Amino acid sequence: MMDKLFLYLEFPFVRYALIVGVLIALCSSLLGVTLVLKRFSFIGDGLSHVAFGAMSIAAVVNLTDDMLLVLPVTVVCAVLLLQSGKNTNIKGDAAIAMISVGALAFGYLLMNIFSTSSNLTGDVCSTLFGSTSILTLTQSEVYVCIALSVIVVIVFVLFYNKIFAVTFDEDFARATGTQADVYNLLIAIVIAVIIVLAMNLVGSLLISALVIFPALSAMRIFRSFRSVTICSAVLSVVCALAGMIVSILAGTPVGSTIVAADVLMFGLCWCAGLIRGGVIA
Amino acid sequence: MALLTVKELSLGYEHRVIAEGINFEVNSGDYLYIVGANGSGKTTLMKTLLGLKKPLGGQIITGDGFKLNEIGYLPQQTEVQKDFPASVREIVLSGCQGHCGLRPFYTKREKALAESNMERMGISNLARRCYRELSGGQQQRVLLARALCAARKVLLLDEPVSGLDPLVTEQMYKLIKELNEEGVTIIMISHDLNAAQKYGSSVIQIGDAL
Repeated sequence: MMDKLFLYLEFPFVRYALIVGVLIALCSSLLGVTLVLKRFSFIGDGLSHVAFGAMSIAAVVNLTDDMLLVLPVTVVCAVLLLQSGKNTNIKGDAAIAMISVGALAFGYLLMNIFSTSSNLTGDVCSTLFGSTSILTLTQSEVYVCIALSVIVVIVFVLFYNKIFAVTFDEDFARATGTQADVYNLLIAIVIAVIIVLAMNLVGSLLISALVIFPALSAMRIFRSFRSVTICSAVLSVVCALAGMIVSILAGTPVGSTIVAADVLMFGLCWCAGLIRGGVIA
Repeated sequence: MALLTVKELSLGYEHRVIAEGINFEVNSGDYLYIVGANGSGKTTLMKTLLGLKKPLGGQIITGDGFKLNEIGYLPQQTEVQKDFPASVREIVLSGCQGHCGLRPFYTKREKALAESNMERMGISNLARRCYRELSGGQQQRVLLARALCAARKVLLLDEPVSGLDPLVTEQMYKLIKELNEEGVTIIMISHDLNAAQKYGSSVIQIGDAL
């Protein structure tokens, strides 16, 4: 078994997949706590469908680098969605549902009408569930992933205290002179970047799991913002690594294996939380 | 010159005026009570003072080099906070965020300020505890300590004793009175006219008589 693993590790694309997978898992878990607490758990889902729609457009117009289209479109939608929390015409969750199913439908429609590929169902399936795309990354895609992940982590660390203040009590932060709108915008942009990155790993249907499960698991056990954040990052990386290794060895789909590991971990943490009663700071 | 002068202020939402013709002054060291029934516009007035909402008309003038974002504020609890995983120290320290500007981390001085405000509120022993596991009175002390980190001169309190039992309510009033005696200007929003007459140095009423 170990021999098989080491054999696979000889291949550069497997090593790339592991590196990128770990980085993506790390990034996606960081903002999970904030999104869960701001009641935005589903934003990941909505945005990933938007990214799916944008990806279909990129495929239809034959863009060589679809990041160029997908990333800006997703960022714009993220900003719009987070702003809509304050807009009373359409409430936050309805706006997310609207945009997400709309984008999903249009994406599939476009792919169907203009498709040049012979295996349309396979294409759609791999975009939705990320079946193998993590293993087929080109070297330049790997570099882009690494660069974006590093930026996300740096931004998160630098703005950690501000993100905490804005998440815990937005009105207070605003009233005492913190530029809450700017930081909300920042959160929106970062989450959009994470979504686009994570599409490579788990596909667009399963991204929410990558964002919220580690945070929810960590919240079962720990009681302070910092320990929850660190714990969710660790859990996320561990689950992603375990999921990827299992999927390489057993030949299961990467995305769903990782998410299954996350679900399992949540179950464990939930039990652990019940047993310990949770008085750890 | 008063710290804060409110002139002919009218409040409300786009098409609906909730309250108008509000006039008052806040001087350094005051303990001002703003009382009114539910729906009379107390919370809207507070949000306007904090700069979270624009007034429909009238003016808020600040004096003595005082700025509106130097008001420390004790909000009513929000839904989000009820299951927020955060330690007491993290929350109190977040009160300093307003001074940080773009600086990413807190300085030693800000950390010391947070410690001393926790001491002042008698919650130092809770510093590592989780906020959501505290009692209502303890939570209010935490938020009060945070407000003191944000501003040492003026505190604006929105119904700070709602949901507290009588004993804790009494302690809370005492604590606020002590702060006032130490020189902190207090603006208190409440519907408790009795407490207003007992503790307040001046009382203004908005909306209909209680």
